Amino acid sequence: MGIEVTNITKRFGNFAALKEVNLHVNPGELVALLGPSGSGKTTLLRVIAGLETPDAGSVLFEGEDATARHVGERRVGFVFQHYALFRYMTVFENVAFGLRVRPRRIRPPRDEIRTRVTELLQLVQLEGFARRYPSQMSGGQRQRVALARALAVEPKVLLLDEPFGALDAKVRQELRRWLRRLHEEIHVTSVFVTHDQDEALEVADRVVVMNAGCIEQVGTPDEVFRDPASAFVMNFLGTVNVFHRRVDSLTPELDAIEIQCPDELPTGSRPARIFVRPHNLEINTHLFGKPRLRGRVQFINAAGPQVRVEVLTDFGEVLQVETSQERYQALNITKDSEVYITPKEMRVFFDDGRAD
Amino acid sequence: MTTIIADAKFADATRGTAVQQSSAFVRWALVLTAVAFLGLMLIVPLVIVFFSAFEKGWQTTVAALTHADARAAIRLTVLTVAIAVPLNVVFGVAVAWALTKFRLRGKSILVTLIDLPFSVSPVIAGMVFILLFGARGLLGPWLGERDIQIIFAWPGIALATMFVTLPFVARELIPLMQAQGREDEEAAISLGAGGWQTFFRVTLPNIKWGLAYGTILCTARALGEFGAVSVVSGHIRGETNTLPLHVEILYNEYQFAAAFSVAGLLVGIALLTIAAKSVVEWRLQKSVRGNADGVPAAQKPSERSGSERWASR
Repeated sequence: MGIEVTNITKRFGNFAALKEVNLHVNPGELVALLGPSGSGKTTLLRVIAGLETPDAGSVLFEGEDATARHVGERRVGFVFQHYALFRYMTVFENVAFGLRVRPRRIRPPRDEIRTRVTELLQLVQLEGFARRYPSQMSGGQRQRVALARALAVEPKVLLLDEPFGALDAKVRQELRRWLRRLHEEIHVTSVFVTHDQDEALEVADRVVVMNAGCIEQVGTPDEVFRDPASAFVMNFLGTVNVFHRRVDSLTPELDAIEIQCPDELPTGSRPARIFVRPHNLEINTHLFGKPRLRGRVQFINAAGPQVRVEVLTDFGEVLQVETSQERYQALNITKDSEVYITPKEMRVFFDDGRAD
Repeated sequence: MTTIIADAKFADATRGTAVQQSSAFVRWALVLTAVAFLGLMLIVPLVIVFFSAFEKGWQTTVAALTHADARAAIRLTVLTVAIAVPLNVVFGVAVAWALTKFRLRGKSILVTLIDLPFSVSPVIAGMVFILLFGARGLLGPWLGERDIQIIFAWPGIALATMFVTLPFVARELIPLMQAQGREDEEAAISLGAGGWQTFFRVTLPNIKWGLAYGTILCTARALGEFGAVSVVSGHIRGETNTLPLHVEILYNEYQFAAAFSVAGLLVGIALLTIAAKSVVEWRLQKSVRGNADGVPAAQKPSERSGSERWASR
């Protein structure tokens, strides 16, 4: 089922949580709402669920206006960051809850509830846990129970609020791959909130990047990562080095290094921010006769697939450089080595905040 | 090398015992003070109550407790508790629910108001009801015309008791429900549960031990309330005397054995209440600990900012 969010505005006192937000979610899609704290992503999710009433705007499910519909009537499955499992009920009772509270005429018979709950527990790989209480389970298991409980009512939309936020890193990674596979299996339209860009980029079909109550960019993980629409998106998706310089459209350069910019630059000379990702900074120990940024190695972290080098330039800027293990071995650099840096792919954002 | 290590160990050991010695002294001094104080203030009076009650033989005690006036006092006390406690339980749950599960304007004013009976002297509480419902009170003439008696009758006693015991349930539930947050209820309604279903299947089980605790405290206070009830009761023997008032009357009439017998009954009930309270307290702690690794978003540090956390409240 498709979701259409139009011109949603929501304020809490003086704080504008959402400012005229528009979003379209295709049927069967898995969409991530990504943003920092206070960007409004959770509020948007709760507005879609009906747990929050917007001050203006509307939410459409399958083209029908659902703004005035009560949460219980929207047929959404909601999964909370802290699971919100009913702690005095067993896992079985938790999952069966949505079926048991139905009015008698549409409540499935006892046997059918049993079958359905058993199926769902199989789906989330917790067959043997039906009689346990939530307090006897790990965080990852609890979150899977919460998911099974949400799926029990056959929701048309699955909404997940920071579903892996309370779990440790390893369980997080396993669970998000598992969620990806589960989504491929059941294909229910899903929206999940996260502040972790890796999670969003890995799991979602499309990523919605939010900032200060507005949507900054919507696109596939590849699009938002390769072609960020704004300085904010560039900054938020992974580590980035920033140079504050004036950039002239005729001779775009960064300290005498020519900027090869994929975008058309506006005419004139203007203050701008030049962004370079750490893996796009090439590190050398010699000049080789080309203009480069000179600096000294401050810190090296070689533990990991990539070596991270921190370089203090002659201008006092600290650069994060990422290079391969092989190249690091070949360069033979240590702390305080003199190095030369060449930025490869650069992106220029002028200080009115727009990407040009 | 070895000697140095040995020395270091020795130094550690001596320092350890020195600290332990001084702390042992302090500990025992504190414990003894506490025990002596408790003995003097609590245990001795309790012993005296029971000793005096049975001083003239158990027949006197039984006679005092089965006297018509005593029986009437017991009946009135039970009636008062039976009215005041359930109403305060309903009120307490309702107000705690309203304060913790909804965004309300003037929340803090309401919380302060709930505390009012704790800060106002019970005698004043009684006076307020006299001024309201007494013969010359605000509503007195109107009630008199319709032959409804509140002051110097059981309704007044029930009202005064309710006023004094009003905060117990609500005060117990508000922090508990605040810590538990709204997510359980939101999960229930998102699964299609109605308001009552959510309350009886989700909220009530979550708060049951806190509710039991508050109810026990409320009952204990309702049984023993003296000041406010004394003002509105009128002390009509066999009619408007509750157990505490009956004790006072007997005592003033120099019937010490009888007075202490009835007092012994109240103390006995109080001891039972304390026992029940300890059991419930233990269960409550267990259920709160169960929470700690379970649900409450409010208690856990989360990455959300103030505004977003506020938003999800």
